[in-house]
Amino acid sequence: MDNLYQIVASATADFATASESAKLEDAKARYLGKEGSLTALLKGLGKLPADQRKTAGAAINIAKERIESALVTRREALKSAQLDAQLATEALDVTLPGRGMPRGSLHPVTISLDRIEALFRSIGFEVADGPEIETDWHNFTALNTPENHPARSMHDTFYLLGEDGQVHDDVLLRTHTSPVQIRAMLAHAAAHEDLETMPELRVICPGRVYRVDSDATHSPMFHQVEGLWIGENVSFADLKGVVADFLRRFFESDDLKVRFRPSFFPFTEPSAEIDVAFMSGALEGRWLEIAGCGMVHPNVLRCGGFDPEKYTGFAFGMGPDRLTMLRYGINDLRLFFESDLRFLSQFQ
Amino acid sequence: MQFSESWLRSLCNPSLSSDELCRVLTMAGLEVEERRPAAAEFSNVVVAEVLSVEKHPDADKLKLCSVSVGEPGPLQIVCGAPNVAAGMKVPCARVGARLQGVEIKQARVRGIESFGMLCSARELGLSDDHGGLLPLVADALVGEDIRRHLDLDDHLITLKLTPNRADCLSLLGIARELSALTGAPLLAPEVKPVAALVPDTRQVLLDAPQSCPRYCGRIIRGVNARAATPEWMRRRIERSGIRAISFLVDVTNYVMLELGQPLHAFDDAELSGAIHVRYPAPGEQLLLLNEQTVTPSADTALIADDAKPLAMAGVMGGEHSGINALTGDLFLESAFFPPAAIAGKARALGFSSDASHRYERGVDFELQRKAIERATQLILDVAGGQPGPVVEAVSADDLPLRKPVRLRTARVARVLGIKLAAERIEGMLKGLGLAVQPQDDDFHVTPPSFRFDIEIEEDLIEEIARVYGYDNIPSQPPLARMSMMPATEMSRTPMALRRLVSERDYHEVVTFSFIEAAWEADFCANAAPIVLANPIASQMGVMRSSLIGGLVGALAANRKRQTERVRIFELGRCFYRDPHSGPVTGFGQPLRMAGLAAGPTLPEQWGAPVSRVDFYDVKADVEALFAPRHVEFSKADHPALHPGRCAIVSLGGRPVGVIGELHPRWVQKYELGAAPVVFELELDALLATPLLDHAEISRFPAVIRDLALVVPQSQTLAPLLAALRGAAPAIVRDVALFDVYQGKGLGDGEKSLAFRIVMQDTQRTLEDAEVDMAVADLLAVASRDFNASRRG
Repeated sequence: MDNLYQIVASATADFATASESAKLEDAKARYLGKEGSLTALLKGLGKLPADQRKTAGAAINIAKERIESALVTRREALKSAQLDAQLATEALDVTLPGRGMPRGSLHPVTISLDRIEALFRSIGFEVADGPEIETDWHNFTALNTPENHPARSMHDTFYLLGEDGQVHDDVLLRTHTSPVQIRAMLAHAAAHEDLETMPELRVICPGRVYRVDSDATHSPMFHQVEGLWIGENVSFADLKGVVADFLRRFFESDDLKVRFRPSFFPFTEPSAEIDVAFMSGALEGRWLEIAGCGMVHPNVLRCGGFDPEKYTGFAFGMGPDRLTMLRYGINDLRLFFESDLRFLSQFQ
Repeated sequence: MQFSESWLRSLCNPSLSSDELCRVLTMAGLEVEERRPAAAEFSNVVVAEVLSVEKHPDADKLKLCSVSVGEPGPLQIVCGAPNVAAGMKVPCARVGARLQGVEIKQARVRGIESFGMLCSARELGLSDDHGGLLPLVADALVGEDIRRHLDLDDHLITLKLTPNRADCLSLLGIARELSALTGAPLLAPEVKPVAALVPDTRQVLLDAPQSCPRYCGRIIRGVNARAATPEWMRRRIERSGIRAISFLVDVTNYVMLELGQPLHAFDDAELSGAIHVRYPAPGEQLLLLNEQTVTPSADTALIADDAKPLAMAGVMGGEHSGINALTGDLFLESAFFPPAAIAGKARALGFSSDASHRYERGVDFELQRKAIERATQLILDVAGGQPGPVVEAVSADDLPLRKPVRLRTARVARVLGIKLAAERIEGMLKGLGLAVQPQDDDFHVTPPSFRFDIEIEEDLIEEIARVYGYDNIPSQPPLARMSMMPATEMSRTPMALRRLVSERDYHEVVTFSFIEAAWEADFCANAAPIVLANPIASQMGVMRSSLIGGLVGALAANRKRQTERVRIFELGRCFYRDPHSGPVTGFGQPLRMAGLAAGPTLPEQWGAPVSRVDFYDVKADVEALFAPRHVEFSKADHPALHPGRCAIVSLGGRPVGVIGELHPRWVQKYELGAAPVVFELELDALLATPLLDHAEISRFPAVIRDLALVVPQSQTLAPLLAALRGAAPAIVRDVALFDVYQGKGLGDGEKSLAFRIVMQDTQRTLEDAEVDMAVADLLAVASRDFNASRRG
């Protein structure tokens, strides 16, 4: 029986040294094959006396199982090593760039408008839209700016020629988004005319506006966002709260300084200009004019179908181009309108 | 409005630093746009008297001066100025003075010691004048610091006034405001009537009383038109940004700046008979001081005498009737023209004047007599002369009304969001010069004649807020009754669409809505676009009726910047005439989204085939933008696009846009290199989305059969596919094209379209026989209606 131990030990050692499948199968043949040493022992069982045969047979079988188990283990190890070797040859350079189509970009002012809309939506403002070729009535008259009002010289207005070649004097390219106020008010009043008290009107109106002005800081076409909140008890203090809150959220700066100073717009009374000052960065401490606002003028409320005795409201207008420039540190307005992909593609 | 701080402080002098004073003005709505020092920094320069002048022994152009600076013992100073003379008073920089960063030292000039420097205006940084020493007035106090003597520690303040605050277009007006804001007293100049010394008058006839309800005129005989403007007056005018011209002109400007009343001085010798304020006769012309000949409109008031027009009322004087150096007798005008009579008149002629600027915003209509007396006194003091009596013509009914405005204390609280006691409100309004009549908790407030901006209660509320301080009104989060905002699934926002298209590698651009007329002609065949009356440049002359031009322009610009691969989109409005359309009658102005792709399909990268973007690449983008809805494409013609590579995009039979390759003609004309593919789609169609839906999924296996059909080359896919789908029995779940082949194995003019037919039933497994029958049905339809054969 010592011989059996030797055979098992020898087979296990042979298997372990077999470095590839063929050699392993050769080694297997030496022990378990037709001429194999263990096979020879099995064949010799018949020659043993019957009383020994059973015991010897059991011992040989145990040895055979051990050898077969060692063989399986070794086969798997070799297979696994072979797979590893193969996979090693298949290795990729994971540092090569990915393939395919990249993403485009949104215009930086669009990104600001998106954020402005989201911030105002979060306190219940809807987004309204209006025409860019606008009537003189909506752009000026309904906004308490009658013809020859000195405030009209504040806007250099683009006018259109009619088909007869004469200047249309009743339509123009809107000089601000404020006419959308009037449209939103009229629509709101019409939608709720059967109610004794209308629900509050909260709306912002982003869009393109036009003025005859072109230099490094003025573009003949630019963007504005108008905001309007009308209700039964909307006050100047509310206006300050909403606009200051917005500016701090937009610039993500709780220590942003915001100041309101008296100004004049025909369509608001009282009126204010809004200045902000950053507490850090290149513009630290400088007051920057950023928006105009005020309490909606009673004449404007009336034009919009609201009774100024019953309703009060505030309106504001700001320049998302300027907000965007301040937000991203862009110092030339013209970059927004030059379609230069080297600039635009950075706003992914 | 520019003015000198020291002039303002002579009228109201609150104990505030210059910075604080500017802040107070800004925060009260008189925005200080700029504040700069009247003179550069320097020190130790004093008034000196030149006692004697001798020639320098060793230099022809230098002189040896003995100069008194108010100390015992004169200073010896070498000076090269041509105008130096004994007895004159000049600025002297003493040893140790710093002028424009340079220290003045005791120096030896050509062998002679010099103890300081006598200065020109340029050396003091006051002007560019370097012709000689700056002569000082004869009575200047020797030894006085020159900064004090010339009031050089002054500041020039520029206000950016809003059009409603005409009352602050004068020093007195600003001082009045400052006094109300700070409580510092108002030190208005005392103006007394000047007694007439001669009886001479001119009659004044108000023939256009709506345009001139008050006119004061006065003759002053025997003035010295060559009199020099006093230094202090000249300084104040110049620091207000008005050039000093001659005393008589300067004095009218001075009174205008001081009180806010424009004045006009006529040469009395040029006038004949009475003064008329009247409208022009048809075609009547007038040569203005600016040498412009105008034909005033029928509603423009003229100042005229019995014979001729003299001036455009409130706008500008005439060339021939003005004063000059030879004028001996003056006729002085101080009139009130209401804003409505003057508004727009100067602008219509293409200029603006100090007078029209003030009149169109509103001049105090009770100021005319005071102003003419003030000017008369100043003229007599400096230029002598004998005044006649003031003739004042008034049309009381045409003067502006000042109606009391009701102010409710409760309304103040409601509009401003702060509670103010009635007494406090009353105090603030009175401080502004408003007449206040209390009535219970409310007031009746009558604005003064100098305020043109107080007509309604809100105007008064603004005044209260201003004086109270906008900064002192709390900033509060508003209270509101909230209800949820609609969030429909039936449409998406333009922003969501922008994100979608940018995810497909398009970059957003914003191009101008006004474009070159050529773009409209080329890309839209639009020969009659909407033309701007006043474009900023000819290449921005017409409104776009398509976004394509702007995108092509952007492509060309990027090509010039060496960007080869360009994929851009824009979401914006287009404009065209349409009598039936839109919120503004006569104009269609829909929002659209357009895209353009040019250059390689993919950015240059390793391991990817190089191909140029083509129609089908961009078509996939368009299909994706509309998904899950299916859009149809049908061949079309479009002026911008290649006639064989252009399609109308339709949604449920409604055309919603166009896609195609740019016409080779435009590729060449605009130097684009290779043809871009463009699309332009109606935004409303892109934004509408259906409520999502689904079909039942089958648990039974699907059977797939391929069917390759040989058809003529010219056969388009859509009708064939539609016929196959139409003829397919119920078990066919989908018929889809998966290959297009032409070439070897097919005849000339033939192509093979290969379809994959997926068959499946939701209730049972399909049998071979019915599958074969279904394929045979499809083949039969294709052969019968499209002359197709099965590819062997």
